[in-house]
Amino acid sequence: MTDPLALDPVLAPQDRARLPFNEADLSHDERFGRFEEHVLAGGKVESTDWMPDEYRQGVLRFVEMHANSELMGVLPEREWIMRAPTLRRKLALTAKVQDEVGHAQLLYRLAEDLGKPREAMFDDLLAGKTKFHNVFHYPTYSWADVGIIAWLVDAAAIVAQQALRDSSYAPYARTMKKICWEESVHIMHGRDVVVTMVTGSAGQRAAIQEALDRWWGPLMQMHGPRSERAKDRDIHWRIKAKTSEELRQEFLTIYVPRIRELGLTIPDADLVLGDATGIWAYGEPDWNELRTVVTNHGPKSEERLAFRRDNRAATQWVRDTILGSPAASPTAAA
Amino acid sequence: MTDQTPPDRDLDGTSDGDGRTLEPWEVFRREKDGDPMRHGGSVMAPDALLAVHYARELYGRRQESVALWVVRRADIHDLADPDLLQPPLDRSFKKPGGYVMRDKLAAARQQSGQAKPKARSGQPKRPTGPAGTADR
Repeated sequence: MTDPLALDPVLAPQDRARLPFNEADLSHDERFGRFEEHVLAGGKVESTDWMPDEYRQGVLRFVEMHANSELMGVLPEREWIMRAPTLRRKLALTAKVQDEVGHAQLLYRLAEDLGKPREAMFDDLLAGKTKFHNVFHYPTYSWADVGIIAWLVDAAAIVAQQALRDSSYAPYARTMKKICWEESVHIMHGRDVVVTMVTGSAGQRAAIQEALDRWWGPLMQMHGPRSERAKDRDIHWRIKAKTSEELRQEFLTIYVPRIRELGLTIPDADLVLGDATGIWAYGEPDWNELRTVVTNHGPKSEERLAFRRDNRAATQWVRDTILGSPAASPTAAA
Repeated sequence: MTDQTPPDRDLDGTSDGDGRTLEPWEVFRREKDGDPMRHGGSVMAPDALLAVHYARELYGRRQESVALWVVRRADIHDLADPDLLQPPLDRSFKKPGGYVMRDKLAAARQQSGQAKPKARSGQPKRPTGPAGTADR
């Protein structure tokens, strides 16, 4: 019940500020403590909020790697645009490539707001100082690879990305909602390619099985080795919510039945769902291969980075024009 | 609605010579007719023309928007002072929930000898906030 005369403050002044770490007159340690308390309690952080360097660097590193992966991830698919079997497939694949580059743009934009210029991120990517996902270091041999990539690589990625919609860094969480929405279309496109081929000729079925055999290893490595939850800084800061093993288990739970439904054989004799535990056992992924590949020693690492270097040089005139005199723009002259 | 004339450049004097400076522009999008404009994200551009072009590529490529607004970030004035927006005073008299009269109504009914009116079906729900804020 309201007493209109009850105008006394109901909160003490020190409790008033909603985000106390934004108070500039606090000591660093006090701000750090309050920031940590806020984030650990499920609070969100905006780009304009004060944040400790540990947090800023953590989000930046995570987002930059994600952006790099989107940018490099289009290269294996780009190679198939001109070889797509029908016009509709060609349009869908072109749109997918466009989407992934768009995701890279959105993510680089987030990283810029965290303090790293885009050109510096390209420099680091092309110099091998920053990484991109393991699955984009491999060659593609047939249209079946395009189907398996669009279905299962994107599926493994979306399992991770859906968990990022709750990230403590609010601009990232919002961007992930948009990205997940677009990725869900890619998965349908990929699944449709795979289902079409397994219901086609014997040769097409064999091609899909071969592609699955090629990609299963990298797929199982993709989320990374098991890590200790308590030691994971990205989880501590709630930049991400799930460990690599949780993501892998989730991927297996959803996608193993869907792969088997198509009569495909997963190339891992040890893959079995524990009846009591609900946890998948699987043959140990080749972590050495993962380390080799993500440090740019994969079969296609150098070639794809070289492509990006050439592409960057070849499009320099566009960036120069944008930053140059407005007279260079035909609409400005009109 | 877009002003196709490139705005004055280099307001902050950070560009050197004739060069132009990239700066963030915030993008707002209307998902369907009648919806409010909602913040989508931002793009980097040297002027409004390119900012609109990038916004179209990143926020309208999939026919997911019927209209876009692009606003130079530096032109946005913000207010987030909790003393002004969330004053630590009892403001419940400004909200429907601030008026609890169940017991008083029961007493009034007892006084008048009238029964409690039956709940009408399809009664509008008590609003919880200004229109369009419920999903923010």
